[in-house]
Amino acid sequence: METLTSDIKVVAKPEGLEGTGFFATSLDKVVGLARKNSIWPLPFATSCCGIEFMATMAAHYDLARFGSERLSFSPRQADLLMVMGTIAKKMGPVLRQVYEQMAEPRWVIAVGACASSGGIFDTYSVLQGIDRIIPVDVYVPGCPPRPEQIIDGILHIQRLVETESLRRRDSQEYKDMLNKYGIE
Amino acid sequence: MTDLATDRTVSFLNEKFGDAILGQETQYDFHVVTVMPSHLIDILKELYSNPEFSYQYLTTLAGIHYPLDQKMAVMYQLHSLTSNQRLRIKIYISDDQPTAPSITSIFKAANWLERETYDFYGIVFEGHPDLRRILNVDDMIFFPMRKEFPLEDQTREDKEDEMFGR
Repeated sequence: METLTSDIKVVAKPEGLEGTGFFATSLDKVVGLARKNSIWPLPFATSCCGIEFMATMAAHYDLARFGSERLSFSPRQADLLMVMGTIAKKMGPVLRQVYEQMAEPRWVIAVGACASSGGIFDTYSVLQGIDRIIPVDVYVPGCPPRPEQIIDGILHIQRLVETESLRRRDSQEYKDMLNKYGIE
Repeated sequence: MTDLATDRTVSFLNEKFGDAILGQETQYDFHVVTVMPSHLIDILKELYSNPEFSYQYLTTLAGIHYPLDQKMAVMYQLHSLTSNQRLRIKIYISDDQPTAPSITSIFKAANWLERETYDFYGIVFEGHPDLRRILNVDDMIFFPMRKEFPLEDQTREDKEDEMFGR
């Protein structure tokens, strides 16, 4: 019989016990695997980093290869908030509200120098890094970063998503961290 | 270089408001008349309603800070759509608690422009119907375009002055 061969890679199965007709592993690993490969990003793009993100999403760089082809333009269904671009102080409360509307578990990636630190806009009207108002998981440097760098940032997020313990979001430590930002 | 119609306006102003005119000059083909703040409203009203001039379009107004002279200025750029003439009126006020008369009673367009000038320079326009910040965040506690405030955000600790050329 002819065997079907293909060079499409599927994710490897996690560590576990295997035998005839069964496969046993921990729930953490299965959930982590599923979440990692189906992240719905919410793009919050305000400037040139947003343009790089569009290239990242498009056919050439194709973020869909990493399971993130479905953008969520509603924060309620999004897993990952991608902040790309300069955030003015007046935009701060808006960004914060978007973050608060997202359901747990949620991750945040700050793409580019402006979102990470204010960048060249060291001025009275610009928020000096979004981590002043919301917690950030991964920072992508660059002004603007190339699509490869944004993909690298997403891969770092995937690593966090994959290895996160299922109870992390219920932990006191996590709540304290949110409280530090005045959320909840 | 000024043209005949502008000359006419200027001589009319000198004739009618001679005591209130503090100076006049031509900057980059733009005639500038400096007037006393107390007479600003009367002068603008006259320029607006006099059928010979009809300066009925307020192009812009803006604040200026001269820290060395401890002065602020407000300049009003007028445009007459009937004679296609432009004129700039300027008033000087103290930069310590600066106040200026609001011209919203003459030009509706001055409403947001005066709010912007208040927002950035802290110039209080007396008689403005709703003087509050328009561009900056509401809880800002200073007026960022005044020269005594540095441009950089003063709240951050992570940038070392030495590394960033301050």
